[in-house]
Amino acid sequence: MAESTLKLPNEAAVPKENRIGLKALDYQGGKSTLCAGCGHDAVSNQIVRAFYEMNVKPEKVAKFSGIGCSSKTPAYFLGRAHGFNSVHGRMPAVATGAMLANHHLISIGVSGDGDTASIGLGQFMHLVRRNIPLIYIIENNGVYGLTKGQFSATADEGSKLKTGVVNDLPPMDLCALAVELGCGFVARGYAGDPKQMVNILKAAVAHDGLAVIDVISPCVTFNNHDGSTKGYAYSKEHDELLHQIGFVQSYEQIEIDYEPGTVREVTLHDGSRLLLKKLEEDYDPSNAVQALQRSHKAIEDGAMLTGLIYLRPEKKSFISLLNMSDKPLWSLTEAETRPPKEALDQIMRELM
Amino acid sequence: MPDSMTATAVLDEPLTGAASIVNDCTIHVATVNGSGSMSSNSVLMRSIFQMGVPVSGKNMFPSNIAGLPTWFTIRANKDGWIARKKEVDIMVCMNASTAREDVEALQPGAVCIYDAPLACKGIREDVTFFAVPFAKLAGELSQDSRLRKLLTNMIYVGIVAERLGIDRDEIINAIGKQFKGKKKAIDPNVAAIDKGIEYARENLPKQHHWRIERMNATAGKIIIDGNAAAAIGAMFGGCTVVTWYPITPSSSLCESLIDYMKEYRIGPDGKATFAIVQAEDELAAMGMVLGAGWAGARSLTSTSGPGISLMAEFAGLGYFAELPGVIWDIQRVGPSTGLPTRTAQGDIFEVYYLSHGDTQHIALIPASVAECFEFAGEALDLAEMFQTPIFVLSDLDLGMNNWMSDPFVYPTKPYRRGKVLDAKQLEELGGKWGRYLDVDGDGIPFRTLPGTDHPMASYFTRGSGHDAHARYSEKPSDYKATVDRLAKKHETAKQFVPPPVIDRRADAKVGFIAYGTTDVALEEARHQLRSEHGVETSYLRLRALPLTADVKAFVEAHERVYVVEQNRDGQMGDLIRLDVGDIQHKLRKILHYTGLPCDARSITDSLLQMENDGTRVVRIGLGAEATTQTIGED
Repeated sequence: MAESTLKLPNEAAVPKENRIGLKALDYQGGKSTLCAGCGHDAVSNQIVRAFYEMNVKPEKVAKFSGIGCSSKTPAYFLGRAHGFNSVHGRMPAVATGAMLANHHLISIGVSGDGDTASIGLGQFMHLVRRNIPLIYIIENNGVYGLTKGQFSATADEGSKLKTGVVNDLPPMDLCALAVELGCGFVARGYAGDPKQMVNILKAAVAHDGLAVIDVISPCVTFNNHDGSTKGYAYSKEHDELLHQIGFVQSYEQIEIDYEPGTVREVTLHDGSRLLLKKLEEDYDPSNAVQALQRSHKAIEDGAMLTGLIYLRPEKKSFISLLNMSDKPLWSLTEAETRPPKEALDQIMRELM
Repeated sequence: MPDSMTATAVLDEPLTGAASIVNDCTIHVATVNGSGSMSSNSVLMRSIFQMGVPVSGKNMFPSNIAGLPTWFTIRANKDGWIARKKEVDIMVCMNASTAREDVEALQPGAVCIYDAPLACKGIREDVTFFAVPFAKLAGELSQDSRLRKLLTNMIYVGIVAERLGIDRDEIINAIGKQFKGKKKAIDPNVAAIDKGIEYARENLPKQHHWRIERMNATAGKIIIDGNAAAAIGAMFGGCTVVTWYPITPSSSLCESLIDYMKEYRIGPDGKATFAIVQAEDELAAMGMVLGAGWAGARSLTSTSGPGISLMAEFAGLGYFAELPGVIWDIQRVGPSTGLPTRTAQGDIFEVYYLSHGDTQHIALIPASVAECFEFAGEALDLAEMFQTPIFVLSDLDLGMNNWMSDPFVYPTKPYRRGKVLDAKQLEELGGKWGRYLDVDGDGIPFRTLPGTDHPMASYFTRGSGHDAHARYSEKPSDYKATVDRLAKKHETAKQFVPPPVIDRRADAKVGFIAYGTTDVALEEARHQLRSEHGVETSYLRLRALPLTADVKAFVEAHERVYVVEQNRDGQMGDLIRLDVGDIQHKLRKILHYTGLPCDARSITDSLLQMENDGTRVVRIGLGAEATTQTIGED
């Protein structure tokens, strides 16, 4: 199996301090209360690393979640950022409201397959439709962990619970759904492949608009046995890479010299670049039809398709469509938001 | 169809009594929904207003776009009593499907103007009938069938206006206002008015029983509905984030707000100082409001009962995690879909205790369009001061009907943004603070906003158990401390919510308690009791929840207190019973819940009967006689 990450020339080692003078420790959160070996903890570490390497000041970040094991994790990374563990399936609304109040925030939401694909499916779809600037991570393990192992709507057909119960409903592919609804950034990662996830996360930070990241994140307690299709062993075996991913910061002077036609380069909102190296087939992530075809095929093949599934960085975010004041709305003063007395007088005259 | 029916009006008998009644009449118009009668009814109402006569207009419409029956009632009253009145003086029958019941409901002596083919005449003897060939008259105005339908409505305005003696100039002015100066719309409507006036002059008797004569009681006043008033208040109150999901009767609040914000809230840079989002449902609307409030915006949403039900879970989060946000509930008749286009005050319990667990919310209750304006700003302040959802309980009658008012007063009180620590203050505190610490002893903690540039600014917001430092906790002592502090915060709110308006009469043995739109009918009922029966009453008008100590003092000071409200169970009455405890035997309930606004006569009759026979609960019926029923209350 190929490497998921593209080795870049002149790549510097990760420094002990990032460009804004913070250490990786400054990006840590509280101690996790999840099961030892939980995929979600791996993802939390990947988030820490991506934000550290992207030089994001944690104070500028707002973290959101719904309810479930995954939704507990915002307490376990970026402790210096405000966090909001909201209600089941309704994190998109809360994050939307917060972004309207303060569009300078860098927002990250963590949800799960139950939180997104079942109770929160409606809000998820409207979040995609609105294209709110938010990194939306679905820590997908196919089961409800916190309520002790019931199937979720992403469980694969034929997969087995520990109790032997077989799922006979088809899985919901949240990436394909996001593509269908026009999301500008859709990726799938695997908690057991940190390099790939960190690159995806960095690209998501660089993206302006909603970034949906479905990450297969095994539940060691309820869905990591023989017959489960979202455990570590199964995932590793069925990981199907769309491409090798490389991420180059906007300020990095890295010269790239690849064989023509083998690497696609996508410039992101902040000027950084994504490099996608062709593997077996040429995959164009700006082609929604190809993205859907590939996603459907993966389900038929029982494969776990990972990589940048769909990417349209130019898509306008909801914030830019609203033509809001550059100053965050929350910070507007009375002088800026209370029209003068003449305005009220005029309105009153019209009603006389 | 016989010629006599279509060509001329029929007057069978002269009107009784020669004396005219001046500036005191009720006009009831029955039409088919979707026929465009709203514009013409508004013109009629406004022309009376412009004659200087106090007036109100109430639209009783169906949940339907076109085809079902709809009614509009205009009441003109020189003394300013503008509550709904049951007795109709002038009826305009334009709807075949309701003509018979419309006529049957009239009181003897009323006048009925009807579309000639409806053949109302003959249904009864004690009403004066005027048949008008509307189709023929409209046909003389236009060949366009759709326009003819609209002009038909304006013709009856001309006829009624002529009967009442309203100046033609004032009708023309009202048309100009209604159609915003657009000549293309104004001209045919003026022609229709003239057609109606001319027809009435030539065909109806010269004698006019009800008259509108010029007076000076409306100069300088405005006409507006409560939803638009709330929108203006929210705009001047510094609202920045608005989320909503369409629902009758609340949609026009946010729709008005969109219009006003676009006009008055675009900054010098051409950019909006607001964001308005039509959400996918009320759950999302509420979530967005709380997310925006959490991040520091002055946010609001507007809905009605079914939306409030959907917001229940988020309301609990807002209460427990302490998130600001304003929710307007324009109440309609429930339960379930209920009567979506009719008015009620039935969401008192639902709103006050909304969500699971021990929750209590602060609610403001406006009774007038002026209070809708004032409370809109007040609610935004209270939300930030108390870091909790603030509900505003309006209703369909207030929100969607037109009301006369003094112009709104420009707010000069600075915004109150509540206890928010910024980076500088955190530095001064050495970064030591606790999100849910009650440092001032008022139950209200300090908060920080996301994005605050200080390493100690952050905290974790959650609907699960937490300690004073916002850390996850399941400790019994932490939980109890949290909910006890929330109770203290609710107690503190009593000092800040709008206090009741109390009119205490020294010689009154009985008192009334009411709130919201019941007020207009109640004040008129008090006038009737005083002037017709010599019964003096005190009155306490509630303007907010939680109840303040004034309520118990008021009940203590009277032998009997009648709580009048527009729901079946007497919800506020029960909250008052809980509040006053051992003197609850003094409480009585007068309840009006037909979907129509409460009227004064029903209250007056109920009170007299209850004083006479000791009945404790009266549920007002639809007929002239109030039907009564006693329930097993102590």
